[in-house]
Amino acid sequence: MLKFTAIMLDGMNYAAWLFLVAVGLTLIYGVMRILNIAHGAFYAIGAYVCASALGVFYAAGLPGALAFAVMGVVALVAGVIVGLAVERGVLRFLYGRDEVLMVLVTYALFLILEDAVKLIWGVESYFVYQPYAYFGFIEINGLPYQVYDLMIVALAIVLGIALWFWLERSRMGRMTTAVVADREISAAMGINVTRIFATTFAIGTVFAVIGGVVTAPKISVTPGIGAEVIILAFAVVVVGGLGSIPGAAIGALFAGYARAMSVHLAPAYELFAIYAVMAVVLAIRPHGLFARASGRKI
Amino acid sequence: MMKTDFRREPLYIAILAGLLILGFFLPSWLRFLLQTAMAGGLVAVGVSLQMRAGLVNFGQGLYYALGGYAVGMLAAQAGITDIFLLLIAAVVVSTVAGVILGLLLSRYREIFYAMLSLAVSMILYGLLVKAAWLGSTDGFNIPSLSYLGWTPSRAVRPDVYYITTAILTVLACLATARYLTSGAGMLCEAVAENEIRLEYLGANPRKVAFIVIVVAAALSGLGGGLLAMSTGHVDPLMTNWTTSGGFVFVALLAGRGSTIAPMIGFFLLELVRNYALDLAPNAWQMILGAVMLMVILLLPEGLWSLVERRRKA
Amino acid sequence: MKLETLTLGLAGAAFAAGAAIAQDGEPIELGIPVFLSGAASGPFGLPQQNGANVLIEALNAGEVPAPYDTVGINGRMVEATYVDEAADPVQEYRNLVEREGVDAVVGYTSSGNCKAVAPLAEQLEQLTVLVDCGTPQIFESVVTDPTYLFRTGPTGTIDSVGAVRYLVDTGVDMSRVAGINQNYAWGQDAWADFTGSLTALETDSEIATEQFPQVFAGQYGAEVSALLTSSANAVHTSFWGGDLEAFILQAAPRGLFARSAVVMTTGEAAMQRLPDEIPEGAIIGARGPYSYFAPDTELANWFRDAYEAEHGTLPSYPAWKMAQAILGLKAAWEKADSDDPAEIAAAFENLEFETPAGTVRMAIGNGHQAIQGIAYGTFAKDDEGNPTVENVISYSAECVNPPEGQTAAAWIEAGFPGAQCE
Repeated sequence: MLKFTAIMLDGMNYAAWLFLVAVGLTLIYGVMRILNIAHGAFYAIGAYVCASALGVFYAAGLPGALAFAVMGVVALVAGVIVGLAVERGVLRFLYGRDEVLMVLVTYALFLILEDAVKLIWGVESYFVYQPYAYFGFIEINGLPYQVYDLMIVALAIVLGIALWFWLERSRMGRMTTAVVADREISAAMGINVTRIFATTFAIGTVFAVIGGVVTAPKISVTPGIGAEVIILAFAVVVVGGLGSIPGAAIGALFAGYARAMSVHLAPAYELFAIYAVMAVVLAIRPHGLFARASGRKI
Repeated sequence: MMKTDFRREPLYIAILAGLLILGFFLPSWLRFLLQTAMAGGLVAVGVSLQMRAGLVNFGQGLYYALGGYAVGMLAAQAGITDIFLLLIAAVVVSTVAGVILGLLLSRYREIFYAMLSLAVSMILYGLLVKAAWLGSTDGFNIPSLSYLGWTPSRAVRPDVYYITTAILTVLACLATARYLTSGAGMLCEAVAENEIRLEYLGANPRKVAFIVIVVAAALSGLGGGLLAMSTGHVDPLMTNWTTSGGFVFVALLAGRGSTIAPMIGFFLLELVRNYALDLAPNAWQMILGAVMLMVILLLPEGLWSLVERRRKA
Repeated sequence: MKLETLTLGLAGAAFAAGAAIAQDGEPIELGIPVFLSGAASGPFGLPQQNGANVLIEALNAGEVPAPYDTVGINGRMVEATYVDEAADPVQEYRNLVEREGVDAVVGYTSSGNCKAVAPLAEQLEQLTVLVDCGTPQIFESVVTDPTYLFRTGPTGTIDSVGAVRYLVDTGVDMSRVAGINQNYAWGQDAWADFTGSLTALETDSEIATEQFPQVFAGQYGAEVSALLTSSANAVHTSFWGGDLEAFILQAAPRGLFARSAVVMTTGEAAMQRLPDEIPEGAIIGARGPYSYFAPDTELANWFRDAYEAEHGTLPSYPAWKMAQAILGLKAAWEKADSDDPAEIAAAFENLEFETPAGTVRMAIGNGHQAIQGIAYGTFAKDDEGNPTVENVISYSAECVNPPEGQTAAAWIEAGFPGAQCE
């Protein structure tokens, strides 16, 4: 019973984190057909910026509750700045190119950003654990869980629904959906595709940065955290179907529970869990679980 | 996409052979770089071949690792040190893997083929990391190898290994060129462009894809075997997605103009990386990334387009 | 890096010109491969580079206490070239040896890199001193008849053997034991050594759970839950760097350290970084008699003070291991009193030399592998609130290292035959 509770909660915690980390990636691919490897660097930048900002914040002795507001603001600002800089500065010259070439471009950007982060923040690790301990822990079935982790779950749900709502209901969101379906016709209908691209990339980047910001308080922020996240994000996004937000959620749940079950029941195989899930899902549904059907052009 | 002019291919391969002969006289660290670049270059050629058919393999390191580990395990554990047997084994093992995976994967395309091949290569990575008897992430070392009974002495061993690598690389390029001018080879690009038309014309795209996967696997296995011989060491990183990604990048950067393009591209990339490490040990990744970006922005058809441009002018 | 080396060289040359003791001669080039990028750069590369710099500067100025108070190495100034061991180690080694023409290579932390480079050192007949690398296999199987290859740091075997002994000696209930180690060679070996030592010391432990998260996973929520639900009394981890720090941050608030005795074999490095987060009573190791476990000698205190003066923090164990590698090289070089690598290597074999961490004996691996003791203690804060260790138990080198001629694995399995513990 205890193990079951643990698996349920651990799976959910990990799934929520995976969703936050991966949803930006799937959004950008869905709209712009760019598989953004630099996504990992954005995550790292989020973590480092959070550590620095909160470092200043706590040194100034400001009240702990405000820290969360700071985190939100930092994520938004950093995400928009970095996202627009990359999109306007590099990517917009390369639209329309081969999809795989874009992967190469984003990989080159990833390398550059990783070293930039290292040059700015150095190689030593940063900590900002105060928010993590702020709400303390609760015991569920005798097992202590940090309330912060459960709040990440809440955040993932809220943001996921907000994003879906934006795509389905808001004007900009519906235009984005049109661009996903057919870029040419959308442009012919008068949609400013360039603006949609910039906005989407910024939103995707903000999500990546949010991933880093909320994670920073529970880890040691060091070089290399970006690279670890990319492959996980890919696996989640591919399982769910590239370009699908609900798919990212389902993919995150699959991967999260696969890992939780593996850790509690067969820890020796935990390394495989995510790739096995990926391989199995793709073998059955090559486009992922929720991929949009696209017509074959003759 | 740049069309390949196969009439000039034998000339290019002859140029490669010439370069490799000259390479024999390079300073030893640079020659070693060239040698390992040849091994890796074969894998990049394999990736390049698949890319013609629209298949981007982000897990080509799997065959590379299988070739390397085949050589390693036979030499270190079964005591077989004959280089010919070992390299044949490397090619056989990777070809068999190519056949199996080809049957499974030949119906996928583009990003999905990429993701599945990545997943499979990472599963192999996980298996190798779990295998403590194979040294896990440390890998293991390979004893000195022999040639039909003759074991080169320590003094001449590097020379002998270099010559072996050079000869086999040139032969592999010739074989690849031959494949590309064959029916199955030429149909690859048709698969990438329009599969449905290809079906209407009576060809079987799945079969074309299958063949290219197997040929690429064989080449990569040979590359892995040559690398094992050259460095005397194998480890699971050979099948990690970062290594596979490296091959994809070389294939893209080099362009498709010739089979020797990925070879030279790999060597240039390794050279850039070496000098970046030397000049800026704290910022070499940035330099590498910047160089890659410049090549993409300035040379959209890959580095080989420099050769083509001069020819047209 | 090059500018720093040049300045170092110039400063050293200036001192040499002034001091009458120094001989005339070209500076000694040391090639020093350490982690300059990636996750290992913070916990390993940086302290190793800092430690090397502190020591080399002091050597060139003749400021190191006895018995190393002569200038440079054998009268020649020392210069260092740092390369990143995260890139292609075999190629980089060749570059150092064949392109740069260094006199000696001193470095390497990753076992994989050590194993790849070891045969090359012998093949190229290049004096090479391995600084870290946990694996005992270097001289057990990779290079069984070494001439030019040396390792001045003990293997990872002592970590687990010492950990088990400490747990037993401090009376921890060993009936249920759990482990969380990174899923790669280092973590796998550490856990295998740990469970093997449990059997050897007949603790009759039941393994409650053995967790193997991916290296650099960073997220250990599920693993910590598994450890908590396993009701283990003792938990072993060989986590290092960012993973160890994340583990502490995620496990301590959830009460793992309160429920079990957690032994962190590389915990010393985290002590300075997270003094407020490590719970009192957590068991700390430093992979040898380094840092807080160092003896109270002039050399140790000098090194600690010089490092802190230069870098503002106390040196963590990788810095100590780098320092003793360079000092070992100096000791061998000066004993040989020659610049011929073969003679230096011959002098290095079976050498016994003093280091800030005490005496190091090149006693196994045909005289090429160092042995040292190890100490464990519990984390505490002293009266000024600084981190320190209490309840320290030290184990001699002969207690935790296999004897010459026997592999570590066989020695553990046989129940530590020939071990001399008090």
